[in-house]
Amino acid sequence: MARVVVDVVLKPEILDPQGQAIVGALGRLGVEGVTSVRQGKHFELEVDDNVQDDAVAKIADTLLSNPVIENYTISRK
Amino acid sequence: MPRIGVVTFPGSLDDRDAARAVRIAGAEAVPLWHADPWLYEVDAVILPGGFSYGDYLRCGAIARFSPVMESVIGAARDGMPVLGICNGFQVLCESHLLPGALVRNDHRKFICKEQLLRIENAHTPWTSNYRNGQEIVIPLKNGEGGFVADQHTLDELEANGRVVARYLDGNPNGSYRDIAGICNEAGNVVGLMPHPEHAVEALTGSGTDGLGFFLGFPPFSGADGPDSSRSKVESGAQA
Repeated sequence: MARVVVDVVLKPEILDPQGQAIVGALGRLGVEGVTSVRQGKHFELEVDDNVQDDAVAKIADTLLSNPVIENYTISRK
Repeated sequence: MPRIGVVTFPGSLDDRDAARAVRIAGAEAVPLWHADPWLYEVDAVILPGGFSYGDYLRCGAIARFSPVMESVIGAARDGMPVLGICNGFQVLCESHLLPGALVRNDHRKFICKEQLLRIENAHTPWTSNYRNGQEIVIPLKNGEGGFVADQHTLDELEANGRVVARYLDGNPNGSYRDIAGICNEAGNVVGLMPHPEHAVEALTGSGTDGLGFFLGFPPFSGADGPDSSRSKVESGAQA
């Protein structure tokens, strides 16, 4: 078994209203100096050792992310 | 009588209103179930609004892989008219039947209002009862209704008349180029963020401006499209 982590974030050119809302809340928390937040998704997959990189890429590309609006990174732990 | 399938996913909300609109328009509404791949020989399919599979992961992302969608995707590629409303539009984008994606409203709030639209393409099976440039008012209610696509895709949609409807009187959700609805290259698959099925009776809404979306069958019933009805007229004239 191996752990594979897939992180998905909106592409830089796509507006992230949730990230903006978080920036607004940080101000009310009394923390200053945070100019931008981009919110994403973090997936932890437990996979058998025989699951190849291309299979993980397919999962990330077709289900976990929408390539029209999101980028993803894959790392094996 | 044309048979229009209306899909129910877990979390669909507007399937009953869509079926009702179909019946008011004089067609037969055929309930389709997400887990059943059989389309029951319908002439067209409506993917209704709501929150399919709880909008988990992304709106429409799980619905895309449901058994009924495998059949709908195949039928749509063969020319069957498909209308996706709101969440149905999101499912069509996730299924790659339509380009682009729908993201959270730029102002972060859920909208629910009567929305003025302009019909930009009255040549799809779903908009043939309108005329190009016609202005209509139907309800708009969404949290993630901002239509986005890259510049090239947007230019292509505009150049080929694939913008089906556009928001007027201000952009309600941050959609690029005020786009409220688009169609595929063949024109048989239409996605629309506002809800025509909620504007089919004067008693319960702003008016009946939405009814036209459900009146297109016939002449467009069946996968053959308008050409088949034209040839019938011609053969009748010869006889």
